[in-house]
Amino acid sequence: MAVVLVLVLIVVGSVLFHLLSPWWWTPIASNWDYIDNTIIISFWITGIVFAAVVLFMAYCVFRFRHREGNRAAYEPENKRLESWLMIVTAFGVTALLVPGLFVWSRFVTVPGDATAIEVVAQQWQWSFRLPGKDGKLGTSDTRDVTADNPLGVAPKDPNGQDDVLVQAADLHLPVGKPVKVLLRSIDVLHDFYIPEFRAKMDMIPGSVTYFWFTPTRTGTFQVLCAELCGQGHPLMHGVVVVDTEQDYLAWLGQQQTFAQLSAPQQSGSANQPPGKMMASNPGVAANPKLSRSAQ
Amino acid sequence: MVDVTPADAVPPAEVGEVELYHPHSWWTKYVFSQDAKVIAVQYSATATAIGLVALVLSWLMRLQLGFPGTFDFITPEAYYQFITMHGMIMVIYLLTALFLGGFGNYLIPLMVGARDMVFPYVNMLSYWIYLLAVLVLVSSFFAPGGPTGAGWTLYPPQAIMSGTPGGQDWGIILMLSSLILFIVGFTMGGLNYVVTVLQGRTRGMTLMRLPLTVWGIFTATVMALLAFPALFVACVMMLLDRVLGTSFFMPAIVEMGAQLQHNGGSPILFQHLFWFFGHPEVYIVALPAFGIVSDLISTHARKNIFGYRMMVWAIIAIGALSFVVWAHHMYVSGMNPYFGFFFATTTLIIAVPTAIKVYNWVLTLWRGDIHLTIPMLFALAFIVTFVNGGLTGLFLGNVVVDVPLSDTMFVVAHFHMVMGVAPILVIFGAIYHWYPKVTGRMLDETLGKFHFWVTFLGAYLIFFPMHYLGLMGVPRRYAELTDMTIMTESAHHLNSFISIMAFVVGFAQMVFLFNLIWSIRHGREAGGNPWRATTLEWQTPQTPPAHGNFGKELPIVYRWAYDYSVPGAKEDFIPQNVPGDFAPSREPA
Repeated sequence: MAVVLVLVLIVVGSVLFHLLSPWWWTPIASNWDYIDNTIIISFWITGIVFAAVVLFMAYCVFRFRHREGNRAAYEPENKRLESWLMIVTAFGVTALLVPGLFVWSRFVTVPGDATAIEVVAQQWQWSFRLPGKDGKLGTSDTRDVTADNPLGVAPKDPNGQDDVLVQAADLHLPVGKPVKVLLRSIDVLHDFYIPEFRAKMDMIPGSVTYFWFTPTRTGTFQVLCAELCGQGHPLMHGVVVVDTEQDYLAWLGQQQTFAQLSAPQQSGSANQPPGKMMASNPGVAANPKLSRSAQ
Repeated sequence: MVDVTPADAVPPAEVGEVELYHPHSWWTKYVFSQDAKVIAVQYSATATAIGLVALVLSWLMRLQLGFPGTFDFITPEAYYQFITMHGMIMVIYLLTALFLGGFGNYLIPLMVGARDMVFPYVNMLSYWIYLLAVLVLVSSFFAPGGPTGAGWTLYPPQAIMSGTPGGQDWGIILMLSSLILFIVGFTMGGLNYVVTVLQGRTRGMTLMRLPLTVWGIFTATVMALLAFPALFVACVMMLLDRVLGTSFFMPAIVEMGAQLQHNGGSPILFQHLFWFFGHPEVYIVALPAFGIVSDLISTHARKNIFGYRMMVWAIIAIGALSFVVWAHHMYVSGMNPYFGFFFATTTLIIAVPTAIKVYNWVLTLWRGDIHLTIPMLFALAFIVTFVNGGLTGLFLGNVVVDVPLSDTMFVVAHFHMVMGVAPILVIFGAIYHWYPKVTGRMLDETLGKFHFWVTFLGAYLIFFPMHYLGLMGVPRRYAELTDMTIMTESAHHLNSFISIMAFVVGFAQMVFLFNLIWSIRHGREAGGNPWRATTLEWQTPQTPPAHGNFGKELPIVYRWAYDYSVPGAKEDFIPQNVPGDFAPSREPA
């Protein structure tokens, strides 16, 4: 009988824990409340199934536990019951999958008016690059990374000269404007993750990955690295500040461009072969949305 | 109502028996033995020993997470070495080796009515290469720089770079070498299991009369033979990248300000290869557990497994589908995001055959005669934890839900519940069930009950709350959870609680080990068939079975493995090798 009691207690306890415990997601700060809703649907459907299966088990143990003289029934199959269960399960799974895929299609479809910004990760810090007055990010290549050009911005690309660089400091974003975050790493895998924004994506050296979101409230949010990147991984924190439009512009005015930061080095790198620049723009040139938003 | 396996005529023997190799000395009988039952015990003992190392490692990492800053010797480097070795040991060297090398070797020949595996010598080699793989793995603890700390997924580039423990030392080289050896050894054993099931069955043992244990292990082995080569290739290529400086997985990289010589490789390629192995691996562990637990439930509820044919097809369907879902581990890896639509759909489709298995287990309990023996208790606990862990899989498999939860403690809680706790509960149930056959004595029941309750409830209390830390956004693989703005004070308390429970559950395993050793001499005499079970391993003339398993004559099989409580029969079970027609009642459908 202890078994029956424990099985029932597991169901009751799990449900109560879910409802009453103080551990829950952080208040959302982006447009991805769609994802939160999908999680709620998932909790409902899976919670009902869990409770039903375990309580049914508890009933079976209570009702059919061995007593002297008992004998089990002999029932190899029941085609009708099995078919019904399969159909009901298929419905439940569809109810989870369809909203999920619907939201996913939003997640992978970047709105045309999103501003492209770049996050560059390296062991173990975050840097950022914003397009300058021309609205375009210059090309970049890991091979261009030097002590004076830690993000590897192509030195001769005219589009890159006015890019705003935020090296190992806080990123600011204006509230309510969609951003497409281009993600780049110059050493190992990292993952740009802000729990309040719900979104995350790995960064891969040699490729440019992306996701998009719209910050929906102002505040200061902690960036966490969510892909194991070596022994400094747990300390690879960063900060994103979501500002009002005025505060954002004030902050932006204090930042320096690539040209300003690399002014003394410009002549030194001028004798690089011109072909290199063209060959070294994997992410930006391949992205028609980005050039469109620049016009 | 359909009569699943009519007790029809038995086909004549097609080929004569081949004489076995008989041991000549103590060494060839107990050490370099070609007897699958001895090899099974060797596999199990080695897997348990290395599993204990992994258990201790889990304590060390829980000390750090539960009581941050208290234990100075757990540096971030050490922490990453602990999690890496813990994960790899548990998944590969414990679970895979124990289910296939341990249970596979012991049960396949006995259950299909064979005298031994088809290739006993190769079977012996399989164990010794496995042992070598374990020794190479253990040696990395003593190598300069220590074992690798790359995480059990060993993702390049960091796995072979200096920012990761063991990346530029011996650690990663020894890990990759050990995996290559493991795969070589496993392939030798795996071919044996497959051929023995296909070719070594006794007369009358049709495929649809096999116990589900054999179906589970057989399908898992076929999958492993197809999946492990992907890991093999990945290991060889990464070894070349590390040792010879090739660039299979290494793009242009700037490490700490210095340009490395690598160029043009693809880190994502490794992830595809790894998970092409890694996802089937989940089911390589799960399917034997599914099979074994079906037999435990049926035997101890004295009732035929419900929907046997559906159970077999579900095992095969899960096995096949699990080869087209691997990229659900990579939703946020930066692969083409449109893959998400395909892999989310295939992943959620797997839920259907899996759910059917769960329904059929609980429907087997329905109108049964449930003996709450220790194997049955573990089987019930398996269903609870497996359903729990399986359902959270529907969160993570549903691509967009995975985005916030991926790489958080939610994932850690999910996979521990579904492929850590659940299969290990089956292993425990299976050990309590078959220990009497292996040793001739029963395990102590009082110690067993203590072991069961502490393990089941403790593990649930560890992993159920952990999901909610992940929902909060707490990332996995963090050696320090300091300065995290999302974590409340109470979340840290929850972590301390989880750590304490981890020690409690670990302690219960010591009681279990004591029981295992103590009962060899002091356990109650079991007799040949203490559970009054139908399958062939309980019908051997000697217990423990002698070399050759079945004495002079191989058994002839007349019925399926689940003739429990057949109406009209005197006993509530009819062994598979008992002839005669006890027609089951044919109720109207």
